[in-house]
Amino acid sequence: MLKFLKITCQEANEICNKAQYNEATLLEKLKLNLHIAVCKICALYTKQNRELTSMFKGKALDCKKESPCMSEMDKELLKQKMKELSS
Amino acid sequence: MSKDNKTHLLDPDKWIDSYSDYLFNYAIVRVNSSDVAKDLVQETFFAGLRSAKNFEGKSTERTWLVSILKRKIIDYYRKINSKKGQAEVRMSFFEDGENEGSWIEERVPQSWNNEVERNIENDELKSQIDICIDNLPEKYAMVFRMKTIQEFETEEICKELDITPSNLWVIIHRARTQLRTCMEKNWFNK
Repeated sequence: MLKFLKITCQEANEICNKAQYNEATLLEKLKLNLHIAVCKICALYTKQNRELTSMFKGKALDCKKESPCMSEMDKELLKQKMKELSS
Repeated sequence: MSKDNKTHLLDPDKWIDSYSDYLFNYAIVRVNSSDVAKDLVQETFFAGLRSAKNFEGKSTERTWLVSILKRKIIDYYRKINSKKGQAEVRMSFFEDGENEGSWIEERVPQSWNNEVERNIENDELKSQIDICIDNLPEKYAMVFRMKTIQEFETEEICKELDITPSNLWVIIHRARTQLRTCMEKNWFNK
């Protein structure tokens, strides 16, 4: 068995999280896939993690549509404070 | 062209009308609290007024104000980073001994209820995600949101918050571990 490809469940988790952002290296992905082929718990974890990622992506899309502003009242307050500070 | 050797001039009277929304937006996608963002914008304008005499006119007014805001955001991150008594995330693995790196039995992921609503268009689901993110220690929430919800590049976050990539991945890993548990308890297996 190729020992250097062996990882613990914890390492598998860490790689899996990185992979959610497409930032795991090829070697890391290989290690992860070999691990989940033999570890049912991590296979479940990976599957659920992917599901969470797609939920988070939905939130990300949502947030892109918003464009929060400062309220006019806050702006007026800030203008007054600026005036006090500069006088 | 003005004869002044400054290409750009400052006009603080117009700052709020011209830049407050831009700066507010810039801040809120990073700190995700409208109160904190408001404070940061205010501090930026005040610091700008105080150091207006140091403005060299090499950049535009807006770029200059943004650079002040960036420093305020790093200061804010350092402040929340050093907060004492922060809830530590319970880890799911044995930390030493022969089982090091293996699942601790009671932290093993549970299978999720198939009946539960998984469509992200569901408002209840969205707000549950928000609640779980808000339950994270503040610095985890900030880095997680920047990376996952605002989709910043790793490099950019590291530069802006002055942290290393391995730092960032540890934070993301802990945040996701805690979020998973929160969603499992409050959504999937409620």
